[in-house]
Amino acid sequence: MRSRNVYLLIFILALFGFALWSIVPINTRLLGPNGLRLGLDLKGGSYLVYQADVSDIEPEYRNEAMRGVKEVVEKRINALGITESTVRIQEYGREYNIAIELPGIADIEKAKEMVGLFTVLEFREQDEAGNWTPATGTVTVNGEEKELILSSRYFKENTYIDMQTGRPLLLFEMDETGAQLFKQISTRLIGKRLAIYLGDEPLRGEDDNIIAPEVQEVIEDRGQIKGLSLVDAQDLSRVLNAGRIDVPLGSWVNGEFQPSVPLYERTVDATLGQDSVEKSMIAAGIGIVLLVIFMLVYYRLPGLIACCSLGIYGVFLLTIFNLFSSYITLTLPGVAGFILSLGMAVDANVLIFERIKEELRGGRSLGAAVEAGFNRAWTAIRDSNITTFIACLILIWLGGTLGARMVSGFAITLFIGVALSMFTAIVVTRTFLRLILGSRVVTNLAAYGVTSVPTKREP
Amino acid sequence: MIDFVGKKRWFFLISWILVVIGIVTLIISQVQLGTPLQLGIDFKGGASMILQFSPIDSHEVSWRDVQSQLREEMAELGYDEARIRDAGKGNFIIDTRKITSDEARELADRLGTELDFQVEIIDYNLVSETVAAETALNALIAVIIAAVAMMFYIVWAFRRMPSPFRWGTCAIIALIHDVFIIVGIFSILGWVAGVAIDALFITGLLAVVGYSINNTVVIFDRIRENVSRHIRPNFAEIVNDSLVETLGRCLNTALTTFFVLLALFLFGGATIHYFVLVLLFGVVIGTYSSICISSQLLVVWEKREWRALLPFAKRPA
Repeated sequence: MRSRNVYLLIFILALFGFALWSIVPINTRLLGPNGLRLGLDLKGGSYLVYQADVSDIEPEYRNEAMRGVKEVVEKRINALGITESTVRIQEYGREYNIAIELPGIADIEKAKEMVGLFTVLEFREQDEAGNWTPATGTVTVNGEEKELILSSRYFKENTYIDMQTGRPLLLFEMDETGAQLFKQISTRLIGKRLAIYLGDEPLRGEDDNIIAPEVQEVIEDRGQIKGLSLVDAQDLSRVLNAGRIDVPLGSWVNGEFQPSVPLYERTVDATLGQDSVEKSMIAAGIGIVLLVIFMLVYYRLPGLIACCSLGIYGVFLLTIFNLFSSYITLTLPGVAGFILSLGMAVDANVLIFERIKEELRGGRSLGAAVEAGFNRAWTAIRDSNITTFIACLILIWLGGTLGARMVSGFAITLFIGVALSMFTAIVVTRTFLRLILGSRVVTNLAAYGVTSVPTKREP
Repeated sequence: MIDFVGKKRWFFLISWILVVIGIVTLIISQVQLGTPLQLGIDFKGGASMILQFSPIDSHEVSWRDVQSQLREEMAELGYDEARIRDAGKGNFIIDTRKITSDEARELADRLGTELDFQVEIIDYNLVSETVAAETALNALIAVIIAAVAMMFYIVWAFRRMPSPFRWGTCAIIALIHDVFIIVGIFSILGWVAGVAIDALFITGLLAVVGYSINNTVVIFDRIRENVSRHIRPNFAEIVNDSLVETLGRCLNTALTTFFVLLALFLFGGATIHYFVLVLLFGVVIGTYSSICISSQLLVVWEKREWRALLPFAKRPA
């Protein structure tokens, strides 16, 4: 029995050591090798969700069109020098959303401006003063004469790269209108350059120079672009293919589409996030101090042991957050869940200690009382925590919906916290108590919070 | 030994009063303000922001005055429906109709000029009506599913007892009781202080429900154990013994949880202030209902003393 406890202790300490190592800053990163992943309400940043207006697109092309939109949006954001952003497509039945997460340091207004623009690429030519102005031509569409800007809208969807010559060659085909348009423009611009614009920003290559190929011959229904690097050619072919169709981003309100107005937005200033982190730290610190004082005064020796296992609990919980930081984002409600779970983690210990006290008052020996306390408290611990799990699972579902994202952080933290607290109470606290009992260091019952003289329980 | 079961009429009376106050406030609020609870932007759509006011020259500022000036100025600018809350240190939380971040920026600049402050938007949240309607529906579904799931769970956990359904029902009645009282409190808060409920309110409510049932299960577990040990023949006495035996644990857990939540309420961030308040009220009410309501309901049911539930019914002779 005793040697088993020693092995368990070694196991716990080894686990603790590993956990501590994983969260202590080693390579100057805050909290561990990966660092905790903080939500935008703690580190600042922006979360934007736009609905895509796909009403003009045939249903079977919508998935592909959305992939194109996503790439264009990513490109625009990257063009602003914003790293660490993520762009996701959310599909709800027949509706499509684009969800964008931007870090706190970003110029969010600029990013929104870029995102809100339509996804079509425009071609521009240089006027005498050297300014880039839209390249236009007059074409006949359905018997009507129109002045149109040459744009990615008139490209066929089969732009591809030919590597046969060893250098990337971007091949493209135009539709009927595009062919008319390109013929006029290319005839006029032979020997001059055409730049490609996304909104008001020119496309730039890897070398940060704008992409502006020179027109070498008259282009009608097909053409090619030479001299691009492979990466640039790939990017350009993607955005040209994606930019064939307008997919305005915005939100539907009462059956009317409002371009550029997000469906959902949360933008938090980095200073507020920092402030929230500091306040939470203070609150957690004060809460823990109150908790420790209470446990020591009321439960004495077992209280001390409970505090030790609470410390281990806290370290393990941080380790889990750290190791699974790609799945768990720590938000402000999540921190509240963490602090709440500290209070509740004591619960399992309290249940056990109350039971041990009762058994001691009932006249059992110390060792027998501890064993009986654990065994009898177990059903209550198990049955009672399941209700919290049920609540958490429902909340995780609720948090998966768009408008209640902040909920899931709380629910996940509380779930993990309660599960872990069962483990620390049953394994860690029990091992500690058994070892102390086995070593017979403390045999005074007063140390266990029992002051009245034990009386034999009546049969 | 405290007689928890014998005083059940008193406990029921107190609970009736609290629940009735809650319902009355909901009705009054509905009549007076047109909504039983003040709904936040999560549920009805709109924009919410935290504006940070910093004095241009560092003079002493009475934030209370600033708040009333802010209210006037907002009304003048056409935002008379806006809800304004002081979040401390010159931060004000403003809930208003749907305005884009550009319009919000303009509003902040305008307020800065009019009130002579430097104004920054440090938190901006826009929720469209469609998303809000979906969230409201989902929140309702979540609360109902939670109640049903916990009921079934308790019925299952006490399946070896005679009439397990009774245990589940008593626990759920206590749960509904908790929910009504907390909703009532927030209806009053919405009425007098303009506190609105949001998605986090529902979260707090469900967490509290889980916590309250958690307590109830611990007590029921003890009743189950004591029934099977056949120490006393009278069910009411067994229940009372069980309540007394688990009292220490229930109060201590409530206290430890209360301590950490209190710290979070007093020192934590402003955005989760009312969320933590839900949890605080919930711990107190949930503990009360576990100790004073759910087990007493079991006794009432066992003895079929339905009259005990009615506060002014005559005691049986």
